[in-house]
Amino acid sequence: MSDQFIVGIIVFVLASFIGFEIIAKVPRTLHTPLMSGANAISGITIVGAILASAMGSGTFAAILGFLAVMLAMINVVGGFLVTDRMLEMFKKIPRKSESEEGR
Amino acid sequence: MTELAYLAAGVLFIVGLKGMTSPRTARRGNRIASVGMLVAVVVTVVDLLSLDTRLVWGLVIGGMVAGAVIGAFLAIRVQMTEMPQLVAAFNGFGGGASALVAAAAVVASDAVMPTETAVTISLSLTIGAITLTGSFVAFGKLQGLVPSRQMFLPGGSFTNGAIAAAAVIAAGVGMMYDSTNAYWVATALAALLGITAVLPIGGADMPVVISLLNSFSGIAASMAGLVIGNQALIIGGALVGAAGLVLTLEMAVAMNRSVPSILFAKFGGTAAADSIGTQPVNRATADDCAIALAYAQSVVIVPGYGLAVAQAQHAVKDLANALEARGIAVTYAIHPVAGRMPGHMNVLLAEADVSYDLLLDLDQANPKFKQTDVVLVVGANDVVNPAANNDPGSPIYGMPVLNVEEASTTIVVKRSLSAGFAGIDNPLFYQDSTLMYFGDAKKALEDALSALENL
Repeated sequence: MSDQFIVGIIVFVLASFIGFEIIAKVPRTLHTPLMSGANAISGITIVGAILASAMGSGTFAAILGFLAVMLAMINVVGGFLVTDRMLEMFKKIPRKSESEEGR
Repeated sequence: MTELAYLAAGVLFIVGLKGMTSPRTARRGNRIASVGMLVAVVVTVVDLLSLDTRLVWGLVIGGMVAGAVIGAFLAIRVQMTEMPQLVAAFNGFGGGASALVAAAAVVASDAVMPTETAVTISLSLTIGAITLTGSFVAFGKLQGLVPSRQMFLPGGSFTNGAIAAAAVIAAGVGMMYDSTNAYWVATALAALLGITAVLPIGGADMPVVISLLNSFSGIAASMAGLVIGNQALIIGGALVGAAGLVLTLEMAVAMNRSVPSILFAKFGGTAAADSIGTQPVNRATADDCAIALAYAQSVVIVPGYGLAVAQAQHAVKDLANALEARGIAVTYAIHPVAGRMPGHMNVLLAEADVSYDLLLDLDQANPKFKQTDVVLVVGANDVVNPAANNDPGSPIYGMPVLNVEEASTTIVVKRSLSAGFAGIDNPLFYQDSTLMYFGDAKKALEDALSALENL
């Protein structure tokens, strides 16, 4: 196995553990925006798509690359935008009765 | 330099996700993650420009513009009640993109590659293909294009197992004989598996399915990253894979079922369904409900999928406002699997301007019901079924539920006495302290509000 591949596996395992630790702390109230936001991050495959598309050898590879870029871009732009739209709605609204709750 | 910039993108993703651990910082976190994405894309383009090879920029730019327009259109137009199907569709696009990246690598190398690359390409192709088709079946079920009930395919799990085994064999043939066609066969079989695996699963189990497909879309991206040796893909994909898996496991715990049983086993009772509605219930009118609510000191609202179907989130909030104006304390108790995706109800209530500190989790809500005067259940059934606590014969026995029957009065807003997803009767409905208020959730709550105002 090449060194590059082994480094890749190491990065994959460590990043997975970081992901577990962080995501386990996300409150349930944010699980929907978490999922759509994570979804946008999985659009990182756009990088691979651009590389595949630009260096495409032959028509078939170029078509695959184009489709990959388009699908990944839907994910990236749509995912981040809709997550922002949702998170904008999460507000803590101060209440008049809040001081009385301490009784 | 390029490698370090990809690492920076990965770090921005991690910092961004960390922001999601509190509603206060979540919006900033999402923006930090999007900056990470921008960094990764810009670095890739700059890196390509520095290479003096034949580049097909038209396709890249065309694909980016088309994708950005479609993505923005979907994100801006979607209703909050439709969020589960949008996320399902986005999962599918992500998985599909990763499969296509792997496919392009197969074409570019003419399937001649080292074993480890062949393995990761196979994983990226098949997981990506399952995610693509599985997500679109899930989308169809959530959108009502495909029946959302449980279905049974001939052969059941055996058929799925056979398709999976055939896909593995095809990929193995591809590796051994450097055959591009064998890889395409493996991909097609995986795509078929996505359909046959998700089609039988019932609508109320969609939170688990969407979470799992979310995880798959991340893993497919990570595998594609290993194929092309790109750290940003590996890190980003691994984070999403972990996120989806955490949510999947949490949903399974909230249903007291294992992930395999949710995906592969038939669920629910049918025998008891015949007797549903044969016992007398306390039918209540809008006026009865208004009176019960008006003289309460504390009210807990329990939303379910029926609230989303009826688009009743604003009607709930209007009623809560009227109660609060009378000095009544109103909070919301949300079961982890209420709705069709994790956190679905929270988003709907946030849309209706409910303050997020009033949204109580299962563990926070349950100790409060004994001291609660009125619980208002809107379009929920199985998640408030006391049989889960006290009937060992029930299919949902052991599932953590909201113990709303402990409140002095429970009002259940429901279209009819029909069973929930589990297909079983709910003893809550026949309790003396329960008022059954039949009707469409939105209309029913509006009527209760006007009755309250006329008291």
